[in-house]
Amino acid sequence: MIEQGDKQSQRALANKKLAYKLLWIVAGSLLFAFALVPLYNVLCSVTGLNGKTQNSATTVVSAKVDEKRLVKVQFVATVMPGLGWNFYPKTPSVTLHPGQVESVVFVVKNTTSQTVVGQAVPSVTPGKASAHLKKIECFCFVRQELKAGEVKEMPLRFFISPELPEDVNELTLSYSFFSAVKN
Amino acid sequence: MSTTTVAHHDDHHDHHPTGLMRWLTTTNHKDIGTMYLTFSLIMFLVGGAMILGIRAELFKPGLQLMKPELFNQLIGVHALIMIFAALMPAATGFANWMIPLQIGAPDMALPRLNNWGFWLLPPAAILLTLPFTLALFGIGDGALATGWTFYPPLSIQGGIGVDFAIFSVHILGISSILGSINIIVTIFNMRAPGMTMMKLPLFAWGWLITAFLLVATIPVLAGAVTMLLTDRHFGTHFFDAAGGGDPILFQHLFWFFGHPEVYILLLPVWGFIPQILQTFARKPVYGYKAQVYSFWAVGALSVVVWAHHFFTAGMPVPALLYFMYSTMAISLPLAVMFFCWIKTMWKGSMSFETPMLFTVGWIILFGIGGLTGLVLADVAADAQYHNSYFVVAHFHYTLFAGGIMGMMAGVYYWLPKMTGHMYNEKLGKLHFWLTAISFNLTFIPQFFVGLAGMPRRIPDYALQFAEFNMISSTGAFILGLSQLLFVYNIISCIKGGEKATDKVWEGAQGLEWTLPSPPPYHSFTEQPVVK
Repeated sequence: MIEQGDKQSQRALANKKLAYKLLWIVAGSLLFAFALVPLYNVLCSVTGLNGKTQNSATTVVSAKVDEKRLVKVQFVATVMPGLGWNFYPKTPSVTLHPGQVESVVFVVKNTTSQTVVGQAVPSVTPGKASAHLKKIECFCFVRQELKAGEVKEMPLRFFISPELPEDVNELTLSYSFFSAVKN
Repeated sequence: MSTTTVAHHDDHHDHHPTGLMRWLTTTNHKDIGTMYLTFSLIMFLVGGAMILGIRAELFKPGLQLMKPELFNQLIGVHALIMIFAALMPAATGFANWMIPLQIGAPDMALPRLNNWGFWLLPPAAILLTLPFTLALFGIGDGALATGWTFYPPLSIQGGIGVDFAIFSVHILGISSILGSINIIVTIFNMRAPGMTMMKLPLFAWGWLITAFLLVATIPVLAGAVTMLLTDRHFGTHFFDAAGGGDPILFQHLFWFFGHPEVYILLLPVWGFIPQILQTFARKPVYGYKAQVYSFWAVGALSVVVWAHHFFTAGMPVPALLYFMYSTMAISLPLAVMFFCWIKTMWKGSMSFETPMLFTVGWIILFGIGGLTGLVLADVAADAQYHNSYFVVAHFHYTLFAGGIMGMMAGVYYWLPKMTGHMYNEKLGKLHFWLTAISFNLTFIPQFFVGLAGMPRRIPDYALQFAEFNMISSTGAFILGLSQLLFVYNIISCIKGGEKATDKVWEGAQGLEWTLPSPPPYHSFTEQPVVK
């Protein structure tokens, strides 16, 4: 009887030890879940997977213009829920040579009766073109503050890098305007 | 029961608290198994009632019964309940009941953890469904309305139902992890002398892989929904595009858990199906080793194929191709298993009692589920099928036929062992035929409307889908009502009936059939020696 009791308590100890070891797997995969966030962001910025473009001005303007190619750039403007603005591009699309600097204008109007701050977030499709759309000047670099009823014309100056992959002839630049203040 | 001497003392007297306290404090694997199975059956009926509401709304085009908001809530909560509160607890219930009996262990390895694992479930189920009730009193706007997948940005904008569901998933996750740890430790440490790993019953093997998958992937889901929670309330921007987050990241995290989850639900069933086949074909399991290796192969592949759930979200072509081919590769180990199941029956002297009927029906219907999955795995075709009713029909063939009908086979197979009484065979057979026929009546039309372009999760549809939806709803109501036969059969079997023999089935094999029916409260206190 006593011998058997010993054996049982030994087994209980072994069970506990194994259970704690398994908890390390749990902790490891919880850590893995959070580690995936920076990993994903790095992967995306290297490959342009999720269409995120650079959000600061390019200072080096390529002088070389590739006259042989024409690329069409379409503009999409979206206002997210919670922001009472009208927002649209003045020209829906432009066709340009890679390397050629182009300027377009986006119009935004605050339709509410109070001052509102918004932030535009850009995205480019197809994803592999996102690294090749270079902005020199963009309203998305800073927050935009609009008084009640105010209308603003906002400039965007950009060029398409001549390294744009051969099979991309058309790309879409989309802006989503978010309310910059959380309600 | 804290010391081993008391535990040893116990088996001579069988004394334990009675009434409610017995169930609240029990650490006995059979009691806990019974509670898991009962909970699962109740939640199966609750989740089923919810989807009957949906099918009633879809009976005719137009909006008749409910607002779209309620429709969306019922769909998401139906899925969460069926997956986390019906299928998973049913599998855990069988594991608690049968794994110790099958491997010759006196109990589960960590009995008190086991008690916790179960008692976390009812609060989680209440948390999940409470927002429905709160909405009636004007608090909040109802339950989670995003579908069970919690995709942002909808889940970031949603009401308190999302928060309730997130906490519910946390608790359900902890419960699954505790249950899994217990099962792994039991299988590794508590086997009877001579029960080597390659002599384990396949049910234990299937569960072992399931448990490892759960331990490795549930924390990822927990992490993802926690990030969602902090995005909602604490100003982080993991998935909120306004602050530079990425909603697609959530889809990666969710399906990194979500795809293995499919096999988590199915592996325990794949485990006991061969045991039922060998019993009623009166032949040993064919290809035991091949099936064990196939379990491992499916388990390993399941964690590297997740992105096939969102082919249309935008991915580079090489990634699409990788996820397509790796997904299709899962059909190879599954084909091995199908071959083994059929070969086990081949030239056997088969008889078709209810468990066998469910098993053979299961093989056919699960096969349809698997084959339609191959179609969905094709990137080019998926663009057409994505988010259509074709997907709904496909995963109900795998999860209702492959999951729930499998569990029903298990219930009929082991119920005489657990209760000591035979169930009503005629009612059982009637239940099978009603279930199998009405299941097909419900879901075959959904393949067609899906192919024709009817999107899922929408409360209304174009007029040309009206007839097929009416057939589908009729099937669903027959399917739902026939489950009452199942409940009646189980209850009357618990209450009484023809006495079951120890072996129950003529061709039954395995340690659980060497014990009396029902087995004593404490079994295998002297471990059997397996030769």
